[in-house]
Amino acid sequence: MISAPFHLAGERLLLDPSGALFWPSRHLLVVSDLHLEKGSHFASRGRFVPPYDTRETLARLAPLIRRYTPERIVFLGDSFHDADGAARMHATDRSTLMHLLGNRHITWVLGNHDPVAPDDLPGDAVPEYRDGPLVFRHEGVPTREAGFELSGHFHPKASLPTRCGPVTRPCFLADARRVMLPAFGAFTGGLDITSQPIAALFPRGGRAFLLGKDRLHSAAVGPMRHLAAAQSTGSVNRMADAPLHSL
Amino acid sequence: MAMLDAAEAGQSALLIAPTGGGKTLAGFLPSLIQLHAQRSEGLHTLYISPLKALAVDIARNLTAPAEEMGLDLRIETRTGDTPANRRARQRQNPPQILLTTPESLTLLLSLPDANEMFAGLQCVVIDEIHALAGTKRGDQLALCLSRLSALAPSMRRVGLSATVAHPRALAAWCAKDADPDSVRIVQESGGASPDLSVMLPAGRLPWGGHMGLSSMPEVYERLKEAGVTIVFVNTRAQSELCFQALWRLNEDNLPIALHHGSLTIEQRRKVEAAMAAGKLRAVVATASLDLGIDWGAVDQVIQVGAPKGVARLLQRVGRANHRMDEPSRAILVPANRFEVIECRAAIEAVAAHEVDGDPPRPGGLDVLAQHILAMACHAPFFPDDLFREVTGAAPYAALTRQDFEDTLRFVEDGGYALSGYERFRRLFRDYQGMVHVRGPQVARQLRMNLGTIVELPLLKVRMRGGPMLGEVEEWFISTLEPGDNFIFAGQVVKYERLDPTAVIVSRGGEGEPRVPAYGGSRMPLTTFLARRVREILSHPEQWRGLPASVREWLAMQRHRSEMPPQEGLLIEVFPRGSRWFMVAYCFEGRLAHQTLGMLVTKRMERLGMAPMGFLGTDYVLATWSAFEPTNPERLFEEDLLGEELEEWIAESSMLRRTFRNIATIAGLLEKNHPGQEKSGRQMTMSSDLIYDVLRKHEPDHILLRATRAEAAGGLTDVSRISTLLARASGQIRVRRLEAVSPLAVPALIEEGREWVSGSAEDALLAEATALVDEATEGEESFTGQLGLEAISGPLPQPSRREARPRRSRFARQRAG
Repeated sequence: MISAPFHLAGERLLLDPSGALFWPSRHLLVVSDLHLEKGSHFASRGRFVPPYDTRETLARLAPLIRRYTPERIVFLGDSFHDADGAARMHATDRSTLMHLLGNRHITWVLGNHDPVAPDDLPGDAVPEYRDGPLVFRHEGVPTREAGFELSGHFHPKASLPTRCGPVTRPCFLADARRVMLPAFGAFTGGLDITSQPIAALFPRGGRAFLLGKDRLHSAAVGPMRHLAAAQSTGSVNRMADAPLHSL
Repeated sequence: MAMLDAAEAGQSALLIAPTGGGKTLAGFLPSLIQLHAQRSEGLHTLYISPLKALAVDIARNLTAPAEEMGLDLRIETRTGDTPANRRARQRQNPPQILLTTPESLTLLLSLPDANEMFAGLQCVVIDEIHALAGTKRGDQLALCLSRLSALAPSMRRVGLSATVAHPRALAAWCAKDADPDSVRIVQESGGASPDLSVMLPAGRLPWGGHMGLSSMPEVYERLKEAGVTIVFVNTRAQSELCFQALWRLNEDNLPIALHHGSLTIEQRRKVEAAMAAGKLRAVVATASLDLGIDWGAVDQVIQVGAPKGVARLLQRVGRANHRMDEPSRAILVPANRFEVIECRAAIEAVAAHEVDGDPPRPGGLDVLAQHILAMACHAPFFPDDLFREVTGAAPYAALTRQDFEDTLRFVEDGGYALSGYERFRRLFRDYQGMVHVRGPQVARQLRMNLGTIVELPLLKVRMRGGPMLGEVEEWFISTLEPGDNFIFAGQVVKYERLDPTAVIVSRGGEGEPRVPAYGGSRMPLTTFLARRVREILSHPEQWRGLPASVREWLAMQRHRSEMPPQEGLLIEVFPRGSRWFMVAYCFEGRLAHQTLGMLVTKRMERLGMAPMGFLGTDYVLATWSAFEPTNPERLFEEDLLGEELEEWIAESSMLRRTFRNIATIAGLLEKNHPGQEKSGRQMTMSSDLIYDVLRKHEPDHILLRATRAEAAGGLTDVSRISTLLARASGQIRVRRLEAVSPLAVPALIEEGREWVSGSAEDALLAEATALVDEATEGEESFTGQLGLEAISGPLPQPSRREARPRRSRFARQRAG
């Protein structure tokens, strides 16, 4: 696994091919949109999708924590698929999570799916978290007052042309003011970065880092003003709230 | 008469007769006679057809003879289109004869009062049974028949079928308790043999392509000479193109219409009505007209493109001239040189009275899951009773109790090894062990998802400010930019925009129009015909009867490459479109080539060739990879079978596709409903995510077992592969060519590509970023501003069209 360094507000950040972000000087690990207990949420509505998504997501998180040994973990919102998610966790998964969290500082940034603090888990639940020049929030804010921002919410994915046709992967999307993280959860789909809600946050384009097997593949993304301006009509990616409500 | 005897003896019957010949009436006659002798109240005879339209048409055709016989009875249809008030009346006071479809029957049987409605049923007539047996709709119907027999023990079954290769297996399918001897098989002989001929274009016969457009002038001449013609084609895209081409030639303004499955129902009905009224001279049609309504006066059938199967050809030919005493006339119009050989093979097979087709396969557990839930919605049951009933249906005769229990548990709460979903269970058991549904919302959910047809996501197409034209697959629209043209419903339309419910188009537009392709339009050649083709190819003395252009083509193959040897194996390797292709002429049939494709790409992956996909046709295995397959003999060594296969196969696009269908039918995933906000692309994606997680954490889950079992039917016995490899061993001839060889062209444009999820994508991504780095020496305006360190360089901003995903890896098989 080779992580890619990236500078935001003069701070050196590491983008990990798993979709997590590490801030070495603060020993801080960020993951976004875990959507834990999405499976059981569907089961409660009579769709018995496999109950292993939480287990799988935590299994992806474990090696990251071993590798970076963070002092603080920031969960960038939608950590649970719904407000009752934490209460539904299987005992085994809960103890796995407790073990992973250990005695680190834990910050739960609240998302639209989990607007309240997770049930009975350590850590602080906050609408947004600030550290030095950086702001951590679930959904990016388009104005300049946003500050230097790390956000999630949109589950960005991108297509890169290759000589044998485009290849699509989840990705980080970054410009000089913000980094958008891909969704980390096992049952989370993606939204193309050229779709309007994402383009609106990156009107001047930026750089996409596509997740690869053991490294990131980066490519510049041109200005997306025209996309940002275009309302949903012209776009073929029917984005709306796609990654939020779909399975 | 034999049908009447069987009826009198209370025996079930299977009537096998060529298309036409009044089969349907023969099936009904005993019921009409019985009803004549003794007028009865309540449902007497149930008729089930695979097509809604057929049920409606039969109802109309039946009313006349019934009235002639002076019968006072009600004949009604019940389909998805039946209005709610009539449905309610049908339940309270059922007609004597009810005509319906498998889906509507399942729905009726899931209702609480189904036992009252069907208790007096005497007879069930199943039409076009050959088109149902062996499919998932057939599985569903077989389970329903078993339930009907339980509700009405004296009910007899009457199956109506076209000529098939396995009449006994079909009789078992039709029989109560799957016993073929309890069914009287009545076989009508074919009447006059059909009169088949091949027609070639006046100009040069094309190399490849399967649209057959160059033959349209000749086809048009034939239309002018005959009264009424059906022009059958193989795909919807082909029907659009042929229709356009014919109208361009249509100086006499002949009334020529278009009929295919993506047009709106109203439009199709209009065409059918015009045809029946004799207002049309020709219809260009796809398989949408293979089954169904009898129009009497069709003078000839023209099949454009190779017929791909003997049974299918006979079915289509039978659409012409529904009189037993005269031969049906049909003209085969091959679209390319290879198809000339295929057409010839098909005509020889018809002359030899050989029919192809596979016997019905065992039933799917996904359909069983849906059925169990439907039965629970009807009434509580004991698992023992339901198991007995289910195994009375032929497709499930060999079902193990374990599989039944696991399927039942899946319906209850997902049946996962990890506990946690008990509190969400849909079914519960009482103290006696009876299984009940938990609440009315369960039944509601079932009804929303009933049925076994999993459609690719479709979008409606509407003319701006005008009528609905039909439906196209969503992925096709995702490849268009506003302003692009495409051909649809027989006209050139311009893509304007996508609104929440439909694709809005307007008339006309500039530039070369595109043609929507449809994933469901695949039509593989039967293995049986493939054998005949191989025979013709490998015997040059048989070439004499072939047209000169075909002989020329075969000679060209000898010149550019060589003919595949009778023994041994010819492999061609050539670059094309920045990929490397490898074509192996194995002639082992599609199933064997599918399996072989997985084996070979697995080894290619290990050897670092970065395979991207493969295509198994009936003649060849073709692969494409990012890097050149050097020394391809290595890929066909006998130790190929020792590779770690299972993992690789589980990763394949074929298994993923199978899982998606199974998960949808079993009720794990929501079925696509038109106008729903959830789009199919997301569903594809999510079924892949689910598949990966489930495979990792519970590889033996019932749904994965069902997936493997179903896929195994699509793969072949590994022993056949080893025979092939042994035979080829030491006799492999490799030709490294500059370009595709003449013989490979038609094969490579066939449908059914599979995609390999190996390292190719990552290799290509790395290559793409590195290449751009090299070209621009890492310079780009805003890299500094971004503060990038040692990350690979920039890529010129791709146009939106290029950047658009070709569809996720797992949905790509449709691109074929």
